[in-house]
Amino acid sequence: MKVVKGLFYTEDHEWLKSEGDEAYIGLSDYAQDALGDIVYVDLPEVDDEFDKEEGFAAVESVKAAADVYMPAGGTVTAVNEDLFDNPELVNEDPYENWLVKIEVADKAELDELMTSEEYEKFLDEEV
Amino acid sequence: MTVKKTPLYDEHVKLGGKVVDYAGWYLPVQYEGLIPEHEAVRNAAGLFDVSHMGGIVVKGKDALAYLQYLLTNDIASIDDNQVIYTMMCYPDGGVVDDFLVYKYDNEEYLLVVNAANTDKDFKWMIDHKKDFNIIIENKSDQIAIIAIQGPESEGILQKLTDTDLSKMKPFHFDKDVVVSGVECMVSRTGYTGENGYELYLATEDAVEVWNALLEAGKDEGIKPTGLGCRDTLRFEAGMPLYGNEISKEITPLEGGLKFFVKLDKEEDYIGKEALNKQWDEGLKRKVAAFELKGRGIPRAGYKVQKDGAEIGHVTTGYMSPTLKKSLGVALIKTEETELGNEIDIVIRNKPVKAVIIKRRFL
Repeated sequence: MKVVKGLFYTEDHEWLKSEGDEAYIGLSDYAQDALGDIVYVDLPEVDDEFDKEEGFAAVESVKAAADVYMPAGGTVTAVNEDLFDNPELVNEDPYENWLVKIEVADKAELDELMTSEEYEKFLDEEV
Repeated sequence: MTVKKTPLYDEHVKLGGKVVDYAGWYLPVQYEGLIPEHEAVRNAAGLFDVSHMGGIVVKGKDALAYLQYLLTNDIASIDDNQVIYTMMCYPDGGVVDDFLVYKYDNEEYLLVVNAANTDKDFKWMIDHKKDFNIIIENKSDQIAIIAIQGPESEGILQKLTDTDLSKMKPFHFDKDVVVSGVECMVSRTGYTGENGYELYLATEDAVEVWNALLEAGKDEGIKPTGLGCRDTLRFEAGMPLYGNEISKEITPLEGGLKFFVKLDKEEDYIGKEALNKQWDEGLKRKVAAFELKGRGIPRAGYKVQKDGAEIGHVTTGYMSPTLKKSLGVALIKTEETELGNEIDIVIRNKPVKAVIIKRRFL
């Protein structure tokens, strides 16, 4: 499974890419592979606020629906609308095709996430 | 309970199948992917391992009389080498199981039952044997079943047998077919809405026939196909799944399967009285098909509302791989099942508009 360096990861297989006060959030390669062919993505609206670990989106394959949880609390500043018509983009490149962009409420929360090295180890050992 | 392996387990692993525990059996949900496999069955052919299904034989002088007492359909209406779909009900009209009955002759039948229900069915049958002069045998572990389904299935199977398949009518079978040198019973049946065949054979011959079919169908585009698309295919074809559209709590009349319940069958059968009563009084709820108009995918178990009041639940729902629409079947109050009626499906706590349509999706 592909793990991109420089991103933060959660045990639920979300990734977070920090850019100044903002961050992009998406699903890891492991998550998209486990779900299979994604046919529907449900995203929040701009200005919606979420706490860390709160469910903010749902990604569905033909067989299953999975909730996606916030790696860090914050306010949604953009959603990836391309995914409404082309949800399969998440399968094709899960790191390029982010779900939402947020303004991070408390950057200290990022320290609680795994680095790419830690996530690779987590995949090897735990999954 | 230990999870069982079908004789084709090693083949599934070799083919890259995502193997899961399904009804106590290790079976592949998918190999390459649910959607390409679904499309292979609609457009070419797919090969399913359905060896997990149970096989119960009823034989003896009273075999027909016993099955007439046990089952809702009219088993006397079929000829030798014919197959009939039926329900087996509880006295209150709830469903023990739904399955196909194969008639060898008046004194011997094979019931091919849902894997998860096999033990329950067998016990139910033994418990209701009464004084009928019959023997009931659970042969589930001795039979492998391979289903080849799709428009190319006849051509592919024909390459491996001298039996003229064009002469086999739907819902008929031939006990003595040699496929790739192996003795099989072949029926023209399936669970996908496409033309197809199911091969019953000894477990030790399963690998030979499985691989021969994959090889013979290469040019036509045959694919090994998993449980995932088996469910989307049957759903699109308007077929029920035990536990979803019918169950211990949902009668076949509520499940839209009245055709397979002979309310006026001459013989008395378990559930007859309750089902007649339910029909005469009028159904309070029944299954209806719907198309989602808003965004989202309806899933089994989601609540259904009308003007904010709960009227039932979704029994099966998918983003249809063939039609690319969000479709579902729901068990709802009868007065809300009229074509064109607008209902709401509650998806992640939000009501999403849907409209009642005909059950014929394809």
